[in-house]
Amino acid sequence: MKPLIDPARLDLAAEYRAKPFGRHSPELQAVLDVMHRPEHCQDLILVSIEPGKWMLGQRLPDGKPPRLIENRVFTRLEDGEWEAFRRRWKALTGQELKLP
Amino acid sequence: MNKPTVVGYLDSLYAHPGDAVIVRVSVFDPAGRYTADLVRLICGETGPKGPGIKEERIEVGLAKEYAGGEQPTPIGSYVIVEKMPQLGAVEMSLRVWPTLPGKGQQALVSLGPLRLFIDQSGAVALAANGESISTGRPLRARAWHRVKARYDPATGAARLSSAPLPGFHGDAKTEAKGGLPVVKPKGPLLMAAAPKPGGGTTDHFYGKLEAPVLRSGKLKARWDFSRAIDTAKIEDVSAAKLHGRTVNAPKRAVTAAKWDGSTHDWRRNPAHYAAIHFHGDDLSDAGWKPSLNFKLPKNLKSGFYAVKLQASGPAFYVGFIVSPRPGAKRAKLAVLASTVTYLAYANYRRRMTPGPFELAMGALPTVDMTDIVLADHPEFGNSTYDVHRDGFGVAHATIRRPLFNMRPGGRFWNFSMDLCLIDWLDNQGIEYDVVTDHELHEQGTGLLKSYKAVMTGSHPEYHSLEMLQALEAFVSSGGRLMYMGGNGFYWRVTFPRAHPGMIELRRSEDGTRAWAEMPGQYYHSTGEYGGLWRRIGRPPNALVGIGFIAQGFDASTYYRRTAASRDPRATFLFAGIDEEIIGDFGAWGDGASGLEIDAYDAHLGSPPHALVVASSENHSNAFMLVNEEMLNNSHGVDGTLNARVKADIVFFETPGGGAVFSTGSIAYAASLAHNGYDNNIARLTRNVVERFLDPAPFKPPAS
Ligand SMILES: [Fe+2]
Repeated sequence: MKPLIDPARLDLAAEYRAKPFGRHSPELQAVLDVMHRPEHCQDLILVSIEPGKWMLGQRLPDGKPPRLIENRVFTRLEDGEWEAFRRRWKALTGQELKLP
Repeated sequence: MNKPTVVGYLDSLYAHPGDAVIVRVSVFDPAGRYTADLVRLICGETGPKGPGIKEERIEVGLAKEYAGGEQPTPIGSYVIVEKMPQLGAVEMSLRVWPTLPGKGQQALVSLGPLRLFIDQSGAVALAANGESISTGRPLRARAWHRVKARYDPATGAARLSSAPLPGFHGDAKTEAKGGLPVVKPKGPLLMAAAPKPGGGTTDHFYGKLEAPVLRSGKLKARWDFSRAIDTAKIEDVSAAKLHGRTVNAPKRAVTAAKWDGSTHDWRRNPAHYAAIHFHGDDLSDAGWKPSLNFKLPKNLKSGFYAVKLQASGPAFYVGFIVSPRPGAKRAKLAVLASTVTYLAYANYRRRMTPGPFELAMGALPTVDMTDIVLADHPEFGNSTYDVHRDGFGVAHATIRRPLFNMRPGGRFWNFSMDLCLIDWLDNQGIEYDVVTDHELHEQGTGLLKSYKAVMTGSHPEYHSLEMLQALEAFVSSGGRLMYMGGNGFYWRVTFPRAHPGMIELRRSEDGTRAWAEMPGQYYHSTGEYGGLWRRIGRPPNALVGIGFIAQGFDASTYYRRTAASRDPRATFLFAGIDEEIIGDFGAWGDGASGLEIDAYDAHLGSPPHALVVASSENHSNAFMLVNEEMLNNSHGVDGTLNARVKADIVFFETPGGGAVFSTGSIAYAASLAHNGYDNNIARLTRNVVERFLDPAPFKPPAS
């Protein structure tokens, strides 16, 4: 089956990495719209463990606190968003996202 | 990954200099020790692009170490009838509309050791001393049933039945009978909860109950929930007058079994509203014991304050406002702290629940370790952005519990965003008082009468009719209003008299909303019609020239000046500003226009003579036209495609010599500190403040 996003479009990943917030091209937005669907978004969340330090977590049902899912600390929100993008890319394409 | 291990709350969101303040504290830290201090808050966490936390210690003799323990929070609503007579054989009946049958044991009526309840399977059961018989047939969720039970304490003989009310097909009446242990049914009588051994309640029921009847010998108590709907009273209409009361504010003015759509206003036909909706996660008063008591200095500056509590882990800030004592000398400028909106948002849990958050918001949700403490403690209740465990919207919010958003950190929003205004005013040396939404509701326009100008917070979203009328009267009598945010004057809230400290909110009809009110329940328990003020007939556009148009939570953008900014009426606004583009910077999203934004719309009542002096442009894909602006869903509504997705900065004069200035964006406040407070947004704002404090009257242009 054809993947929902095209793993060859590294240019779109690069566009996202350069500017995760703000205007995106229609093609990048189409990729994000797939990644953000309930079935693909992985219920991710960024948890600030102290001011200016963030970890990725997963939102859990029934009001439970999020589960921290990776032992990595981001000092910029943008880096956390990029990590979320990479995880979704991998889940949707089966391929590790590697940009030069 | 330290979390705060102490939390607390005050009895009011505001206090005056000289007042005694009581703090109620709960300590989770096993060492049971904590420190406290009073601080004036000047600036909150702003991220790397803003000035960051600034606070000032105030010496009030509070800074010591204290001993304390965890205080229980008895969450869950129910009815209690305290005084009950001696009971013999009992017969009970009531109508039941369960919302979570099969999700745990839920009590319907409790009489000491005798319980009528819904068992684990969702079927009606009767228990004596823990031994029970069940009909064995689960009740249907969200459907009305008649439930009956009899019990003879002489023999232990019991029978019970449940039957769907006509209108629901496919379910049959089910009965059960048998012998139960011999116990003595006795008061207090509880509905929707069971007494917990050792005190408190347990087994809270989720759903609606109606028309409970209890027969025993000559007694025939009949509680009619259609009476005194706007109170916490429960009236027994029988001769026995076994009146009771509600605890933790279950939702009243909800549709009953009889409701057929023939009325939508409970006051016109209360019999159609003879039900109460209970939730195991309703909370109107945590009821903690006082822990600390201190006095505010008589000469204390008006402002944003917090009692800072700390054990192991980071501090927990108990935010509040110090406003001038009535009769005290006033500054010319009042900052109106959006305490009602802070309360509506307090204990917002939804950001932590699974779901496609980014489709609507454009970025991942973020929380901090204080929010995690909230998740650890469901008993601190929900926000009006959450739904109850049974999926129904949370319509009540109380100040009588720890509030996790009245602090200088966490989400850069409301209280913490409004500190950007305080920080800027302090930096500019502009004198101001801070007054609150709550005082505006209580005192009306008299609260504002000695002020030349009133500055709102960045997101004054929730208002009672009294608050709106007070602001309208202020503006029409020559007052000057600076609306410093977005999505303001949007939802109606009410203050039910029976529940001090609590607001009620019904998200009626439509609007950009976290949940939808149920059909037939658009009127508040106060009798006021709920929903958006634009639907009720008081659009924000009429008061402040603009109204909610779009939102997005990824990035902000700039404004471009319009030709109207050169109108002689607007000259004072742009004195010293040569740029065409303003606000292309800021601590939230790198721009002054962002988060939630408002635009001019004459059809919604924006004054025709209002000048739109600048409009934002270049909003992102995440910004979408709000749904109340659309008759049907459509493509082409995001900021890259839709020209209506913009914030308007608006200025207009009022006939009484007053004027209004509106920024139309929540992110605006976060741009004021840019470049050491020297920037065109700060300049524009300063120009407005100076002219608005000048008594020379404004005059609308001759038409
Ligand atoms: Fe809001």
